[in-house]
Amino acid sequence: MRLLINKIVLGLSTLSALIGLAFLGWILVTLFIKGLGSFHFTLFLNDLINGGLRNLIIGQFILAGIAAAIGIPLGMVAGIYIQEYGRGKYAEVIRNLSDIMMSAPSIVIGAFVYAIIVVPTGGTSGFAGAIALAIMMLPIVINTTDNMLSLVPRELREAGIALGASKYKVIIDIVIKAAKVGIMTGILLAFARIIGETAPLLFTSETSNYFSLDLTESFPSLTVSIYDLANEPEQSSRDLAWAASFILTVLVLTINLAGRFFTRNKKS
Amino acid sequence: MEKIFRNLSLSSASLVFIILIGIFITLFLASKDAINEFGIGFITNPNWNKEISIEIDAKSSNETIKNSKVNEIEDFNLESDLFSDEDDIMIDDEDDIIIDEDDMLFNEDIKTTFTDYGALVPIVGTILTTLIALIFALPIAMGIAVFLSEIAPKNIAYPIGIAIELLAAIPSIIFGMWGLYYFAPIIADLVGGYQVSLLTAGLVLGVMILPFMAAITRDSMNTTPDVLKESAYAMGATKFEVIKDIIFPYSKVGIIGSIILALGRALGETMAVAFLIGSIFALPTAINSPTISIPVAMANNFGEASGLGESSLFYLALILFVISFTIISIAKLYFLKKAS
Repeated sequence: MRLLINKIVLGLSTLSALIGLAFLGWILVTLFIKGLGSFHFTLFLNDLINGGLRNLIIGQFILAGIAAAIGIPLGMVAGIYIQEYGRGKYAEVIRNLSDIMMSAPSIVIGAFVYAIIVVPTGGTSGFAGAIALAIMMLPIVINTTDNMLSLVPRELREAGIALGASKYKVIIDIVIKAAKVGIMTGILLAFARIIGETAPLLFTSETSNYFSLDLTESFPSLTVSIYDLANEPEQSSRDLAWAASFILTVLVLTINLAGRFFTRNKKS
Repeated sequence: MEKIFRNLSLSSASLVFIILIGIFITLFLASKDAINEFGIGFITNPNWNKEISIEIDAKSSNETIKNSKVNEIEDFNLESDLFSDEDDIMIDDEDDIIIDEDDMLFNEDIKTTFTDYGALVPIVGTILTTLIALIFALPIAMGIAVFLSEIAPKNIAYPIGIAIELLAAIPSIIFGMWGLYYFAPIIADLVGGYQVSLLTAGLVLGVMILPFMAAITRDSMNTTPDVLKESAYAMGATKFEVIKDIIFPYSKVGIIGSIILALGRALGETMAVAFLIGSIFALPTAINSPTISIPVAMANNFGEASGLGESSLFYLALILFVISFTIISIAKLYFLKKAS
């Protein structure tokens, strides 16, 4: 009897792992079939107004790129503070808050940026979208940096200080170098996450049918356009949305896997 | 140099603090009109963007108007002024109150219409979709976590673990599209009712939080010391008994923490739900009827709303922010901290 229950439970548990994998497979297969079906090379050459995706893909990269350019240095330096300089309560409070902020609803961050940037400047802009993404990215980078620096052995720091190096020199030349791979991985994963975000962009950058490099106007965004296209009644729009989703997913999963591969190779 | 770097890092760290406080204050200020207008009753009011006419007799209307802080008409004489004016008196301020004077001529009453906003429908929608997601995802996530940490040999657990984490990395908008065009029709065939409904939105949300929940639950389970497990096996316990009597009690706090954390995430999820919930401001009458959730209400109405409507959306955002902040804090600061 005990053995029977044991078998049943283990079977159920294996079954749920299979269910999880089945969902992943189902989504990926759907994306491949629908996405590849409407995929065409000219999608990369035309803008949305001509039935292509070029402006959207470039726009999404620019938005996420600016967000990364803001979020990564700020997040890393903040993470260094928490781990290296912070003594006592304040650093602990910041660590907890950044932990909580990581799970804050992205649409609320969109609303926040809408109130502080879009309303005062009188309209949606690429700049506002990039800020919203940067706010999303900041706590993830802080968290990664904090965790990875905590893995660096104390002796390394002591050795540096014993040689007479100042603290910031030790941090930049020794601690960061030792934790480089882990931090890079975390940053890649963070980038993969924000490049697929839609909710914070909906009313900050919005999207645009045309190619644009002007950050003070509504800015082309792949994810927001997918949402718009998928809700259009015409089949051609939906097909385009599937092709765009396919490209987005391949992009996100590639960056994600690259990050993991990176760590695994360096570790062994 | 040392000092500059130190201060730079201190101010970047403080940025987190400033942003969080900033979000709270900004949302509060932006929703002030709605808070003043509706107060705490906003939460239990089922209307949204609904023109409401209230008929009140002339005497009490004076008080009502006073109460709603319409300064311009505070001390005008209803009897004399209204009759002598033109057709309608429209007081166009943030309250959107229109006094329809024609009716007054007939029955001595004032008919006021104003646009009413309340959060009950989105709040109920948010809670119910999250609950459905949780009920669906919980057993499967537990199963996956047990499988990954206890059953599968290392060389199988590793790639499956990565696959599950990849599922977590797929952008939520993809879940929404897939859910709408492939998952929902199947569910609607099985259960009946609409393809866009509370049920389908909840289930797709469940698929979304599944990998997240499984991953942190697995991490909690992995903290169980091997010595404890081995001694139980040595006593002749089966794997199930070890899981039930050793691992679950040991990692209980961490598991509860991860469930609450997943709950906090599900509450604020926008895109996957936006495709599937139907976006109708009506209380669901059945599990397969369409409704709306707080994030979706914001996503769909933010650009177009203005005045009191926009302020009400900010009020919704504030409610969502406070709820999820509380839930995530409890999960992270109480359960997950205690577990580690």
